[in-house]
Amino acid sequence: MELFINQVLAGIATGAIYACMALAIVMIFQAIDHLNFAQGEMAMFATFIAWQLMQWGVPYWWAFLLTLIISFAGGVIIERVLFKPLAKAPVLTNVAGFIALFAIINSVAGLIWDFTIKQFPTPFGSSPFLGSQLISTHQAGMIGVTLALLIALFMFFRFTRIGLAMRAAAAMPESARLVGINTGWMVALGWGMASAIGAIAGILIAPVVFLEPNMMGGVLIYGFAAAVLGGLTSPLGSVLGGFLVGIFENLVGTYVPGVGNELKLPIALALIVIVLVVKPTGLMGHTVVKRV
Amino acid sequence: MSTIQETTAETQAATVDAPPKKAMGLGRTASWVMLIILLALPLFVRNFVIFQMTMLLIYGIAVLALNILTGGSGQFSLGQSAFYAIGAYTAAILIEHGGVNYVLTLPAAGIVCFIVGFLFGLPALRLSGIYLALATFALAVAMPQLLKLGVIEHWTGGVQGLVVTKPDAPFGLPVSQDMWLYYFTLVVSLAIYLASVNLLRSRSGRAMMAIRDNEIAASAMGIDLSIYKTLAFGVSAGITGVAGALGAIAVQFVAPDSYTFQLAIALFLGMVVGGVGWLPGSLAGAAFIVFVPNIAEGISKGLSGAFFGVLLFVVIYLVPHGARQGAIYAETLFNKLRRS
Repeated sequence: MELFINQVLAGIATGAIYACMALAIVMIFQAIDHLNFAQGEMAMFATFIAWQLMQWGVPYWWAFLLTLIISFAGGVIIERVLFKPLAKAPVLTNVAGFIALFAIINSVAGLIWDFTIKQFPTPFGSSPFLGSQLISTHQAGMIGVTLALLIALFMFFRFTRIGLAMRAAAAMPESARLVGINTGWMVALGWGMASAIGAIAGILIAPVVFLEPNMMGGVLIYGFAAAVLGGLTSPLGSVLGGFLVGIFENLVGTYVPGVGNELKLPIALALIVIVLVVKPTGLMGHTVVKRV
Repeated sequence: MSTIQETTAETQAATVDAPPKKAMGLGRTASWVMLIILLALPLFVRNFVIFQMTMLLIYGIAVLALNILTGGSGQFSLGQSAFYAIGAYTAAILIEHGGVNYVLTLPAAGIVCFIVGFLFGLPALRLSGIYLALATFALAVAMPQLLKLGVIEHWTGGVQGLVVTKPDAPFGLPVSQDMWLYYFTLVVSLAIYLASVNLLRSRSGRAMMAIRDNEIAASAMGIDLSIYKTLAFGVSAGITGVAGALGAIAVQFVAPDSYTFQLAIALFLGMVVGGVGWLPGSLAGAAFIVFVPNIAEGISKGLSGAFFGVLLFVVIYLVPHGARQGAIYAETLFNKLRRS
């Protein structure tokens, strides 16, 4: 039992990483209706910017704030310059665009900061949290930030004018335009926010997985899995999905014999596929009703 | 937190836009010109280039298989690399452990992959769009790990993989191994291409396309959705398996890490660049995934990824519908010239 509880706790700790990433993915999915394959690379690039700022002597929280602003602007610029012209193109062409963006960002980051692994500081410290060996204060902080972010987003979408406008633009673009919402800019805003959330995720993850251009590869896969598991239409679901995937992965690694690190990912993915077959819209997602 | 969403189908584009029916194949003149180029070119180039052209044809077959699935039946797969791997391993194991003639391994790989694809298509029936993408993606991620499993290591060679001997030209023909393999691949590709074009023009093909355009309307017309959707998966996997088997023979080596998710991405890009639903475009798409990474590497070693991305952006900006768009443009231009 002791082992079980410990493994669940450790699962929640890694799950927080996935939850963060999943949140960013769902954000952009809400705004543009596509899964952004380059999300992880954008987050990685933002984390490198934060690291660079700190190397130049900017204090942690200032660097954090600056990075958020830069990545917000970066997200908006990417949408305006690269993806706005593709708005009318077929969906699969857009996906190809994401893959292209992925390749570009990864390669540029590799050129600027090379592929050596870098340490990234944490503001929470890394001593054991409440005497538990499995969760450090950093991981506890990470869970806290994820939950705070979730609540903030909830407030934003429920109570602010601009949040409501974004939802309207995503749900019914035509009607939204008729009541005077600039739907084009709402999409750009969605990109900006998703990019900023991704930056937060990257900065939180970096102390755990270390900073390098390929750091997001694995995390992004789990993030996608978490987002799909929780339901792509629900931010709360995606966070829940993130924690569940983390716990899944840990328990499978502990209790199923013969499962090394290599097989953890396939098994976690297989479980998710099974969940999806039973409940195709994810745990918390709702069925999108289409008129035909 | 949006709880109520209404999506009107009228304003939303379908996942795959329907290409005009005529556009599934290639015009007669263009086909003959293409065939003559493919037949004649190896006579004038070095062995390495012949090898590259063989790979071009092989990837062309794999892209075509994905095109049948996505362009034909509207389903989306990121797991083609898994079927490619199964095909490659089937061929390698049959040749190395069973001593089977390499020609016979192709249908064997095709049948094995057809069965696997058909079975995988069954649970996939409940999923669509992005969820199907995730399920197939899971398959692609799992495949290299499964191939490394200790239980089957005796057969698969584990992490090391298997070495496949390259076949000699039969009947003492005075051609090099590379050239023989090229023409062998060309014959197989042509057969598959013609069969695929005919498949999409047949009753089954029309049923698949009806499903792609509108599932509800298709089922109202009496089309059995589950049969045709799983069938599309099976056929696509089978063809990919043949491509994988050819690939194993051409590269002379199979190893789990040659068939990662990157391969699935490459095949997907090939399909988009070639034009979704336009079968001849598969060759153009394959050319993109075989040659463009090399070109990008040539421009700059450190920034090869960036140049690859930029080139990809250039292609999708200029021709968002892929090579099909370019071909249609060329055709109208040609007709104009002839008339004037």
